[in-house]
Amino acid sequence: MSAAIRIRGARLIDPATGTDARGDLLIRDGVILPADAASGDGALVVDADGLVATPGFIDIHAHLREPGFEDRETIATGTAAAAAGGFTTVCAMPNTEPAIDSATVVDFIHQQARAAGPVRVPVYGAVSRGRKGVELTDMEELARAGVVGFTDDGSPVATGRLMEMALLYAGQLGLPVADHCEDHSISSGLGMNEGPVASRLGLEGYPAAAEESFVARDVAVLALTGGRLHIAHLSTAGGAEIVRAAQARGLAVTAEVTPSHLAMTDAWVLGGHAHAHVGAPLTAAAYDTRAKMSPPLRSEGDRAALVEALRDGTIAAIATDHAPHTFGDKAVPFDEAAVGISVLETALASVMGLVHDGALALPQLVAALTTGPARVLGPAFAPYATLAAGTPADVTLFDPEERWVVDPAAFLSKGKNTPLAGAEVRGRVKLAIADGRIAYDGIGL
Amino acid sequence: MLKPATEQLLLDSAPDEAPRRRHVLDLDDFSREEILGVLDQAEAMRELLGRSIKKAPSLRGKVIITVFLEPSTRTRVSFEQAGKMLSADVINVSGSGSSAEKGESLLNTALTLQAMRADLIVIRSPHSGAPYFLARSLDRTGVVNAGDGRHAHPTQALLDLMTMRERLGDLDGKRVVIVGDSLHSRVARSDVYGLAALGASVVLSGPPTMIPLDLVHAGDGAAALPGVSVECDLDAAIEDADAVIALRIQKERQQGGMLPSLREYTRRWMITDARMRRARPGALLMHPGPMNEGVEIASALAHGPGAQIEEQVTNGVAVRMALLYQLLTGGGEDSSL
Repeated sequence: MSAAIRIRGARLIDPATGTDARGDLLIRDGVILPADAASGDGALVVDADGLVATPGFIDIHAHLREPGFEDRETIATGTAAAAAGGFTTVCAMPNTEPAIDSATVVDFIHQQARAAGPVRVPVYGAVSRGRKGVELTDMEELARAGVVGFTDDGSPVATGRLMEMALLYAGQLGLPVADHCEDHSISSGLGMNEGPVASRLGLEGYPAAAEESFVARDVAVLALTGGRLHIAHLSTAGGAEIVRAAQARGLAVTAEVTPSHLAMTDAWVLGGHAHAHVGAPLTAAAYDTRAKMSPPLRSEGDRAALVEALRDGTIAAIATDHAPHTFGDKAVPFDEAAVGISVLETALASVMGLVHDGALALPQLVAALTTGPARVLGPAFAPYATLAAGTPADVTLFDPEERWVVDPAAFLSKGKNTPLAGAEVRGRVKLAIADGRIAYDGIGL
Repeated sequence: MLKPATEQLLLDSAPDEAPRRRHVLDLDDFSREEILGVLDQAEAMRELLGRSIKKAPSLRGKVIITVFLEPSTRTRVSFEQAGKMLSADVINVSGSGSSAEKGESLLNTALTLQAMRADLIVIRSPHSGAPYFLARSLDRTGVVNAGDGRHAHPTQALLDLMTMRERLGDLDGKRVVIVGDSLHSRVARSDVYGLAALGASVVLSGPPTMIPLDLVHAGDGAAALPGVSVECDLDAAIEDADAVIALRIQKERQQGGMLPSLREYTRRWMITDARMRRARPGALLMHPGPMNEGVEIASALAHGPGAQIEEQVTNGVAVRMALLYQLLTGGGEDSSL
């Protein structure tokens, strides 16, 4: 029995029920109760005036690095960072060492997550054994161990043939196949968009065409096989267009986008929070390895198209692709640096920029962090993506207006690598409750 | 010993008013005045080069460390000679046989050299941007870019500018054609910025697979590459050129699918006598070296009267002397013990 919590006077946004109204939220024994329930007596009261209460955010794409890369992140530090970012569910990607290609590894992660705290850690299994792109994993065994989908993320599903087999097999298990769409025969560089900035810097590029080509391949295979396809970290206008057209044909394809690709462009590689123009002299801040990720930050045209695809529903979910690295992984010349950045703790602030700019309505943003990702994971996750009475008490409380300066040294994640370091951002998570337990307290209760 | 006039120039012409430059990473942040300042100083240095005793005491007690992480003869020797002629202590570190081979990171190597109180690190790296990474990582030691990946090679551009100015006078309004693989060329990028600062226009010519078209046509108002146009057809591009710079063709590009064959390249883009005749009379022919004679430049031309290849090499030592001198003596003194 955990103590009751009453969140008083918040703006309650619950996309699942279409709620957007000021009100109270009462939580007891891990469950959301009707706000007028008498059992709220003696509850811990949180004054939420000016704050927004939503279902706990669901991140369907994070690299928690354990097992194998515990110097970058552990499930304990990763879930703490997730909670600080408002995420009460965070999905672990299988590019660990060993890869998540057996029930043993799935069990290990679930066990570590339970020990770490209340944040839920669903697990993606690998599509191919050892993520080598050759043989399918024992998908049925993985499904019984509780994986929520399959992906070889970090790498694409290597061949069209393997994708065909994966969609058929996973489809029969009712699980999605998520693909990192990158045609290596087109991309020659990691983590840098092909375009004027890459040419200016003399860096090899990973053109939009490399993503678009594999999104198109996957959609074509999906039309052949049925099943469920999910496009991970969509980064291009062309990719969004292909997904939109596939959905219009009635194909079961969903897509996610990262806060980074919604908020930043490849100009950030020039350093200095993108104030630099590609035609301006470079400064010593150029070749910012903290802005290096895969897929790379794209052009402004791509960024705007992704916002539009989020707005029109083509993209269901904002997913962090949180990819923490050590200092040394990034303290090297650009083309030697690891790809990926630490996102969990800045995700909300990054995308709140779109709301403050008027590009996105707040309820729509909340949907992309709750009901949208729950839909990608499947019906079992719907109860975690609502504030309806009787559902599990996963709740996030945030201040949409608070301005703060990103200080990676204060991150709970081991990954301190973000190009937002030192940037003033707006919107901050105050409280995260998972299963009725306080997972993050930014108020000082 | 120096003649008084040169001595005076060596002592007085270093900038001591403006904030002192600590790094030379590319020419994109050099003004016309700053480039001309280096070129003027390089002319004085060139005079020193012509003497039988090629030594001046200007950089006595300064430590310059060259870190060359890819093979190079001319650039490394040129920097070493430039430093030594000005009496600096020059220490060479190369990729093989050094800590880099044992897996020490570039950052730790550079921090070690800084802790040894090196005044300047001259770096050649196969990685674009490596000098920028060092410049932001080091708080005392200066960094000079001796070529980074396919990005920039500012001292090569300075020696090209010196050679052109010497032969053509003021470069304002001059037309320079850069032929070959400008996409992968650090020389081309730096030349473009230097020539733009001095008012020259640049035409890039070569196979479309080897031209940074997205940069030239960035198309968002501000020019990403100043004063640059593209004309793939060399016979058209070379009309009225005041100078032609042939770039080295890396033969592995052909295996990478960027060229159908060297034969096709040669037919369309090799600089030949017939093509040079379409340029202005007396037009210069330059090449950063090492040359593939019979590929990007006809052998007879490379050794003919218009070719400036050896002049470029001599000027290379002079501009590096000028640059090292200005970087290491320009402003306030170090807090030496």
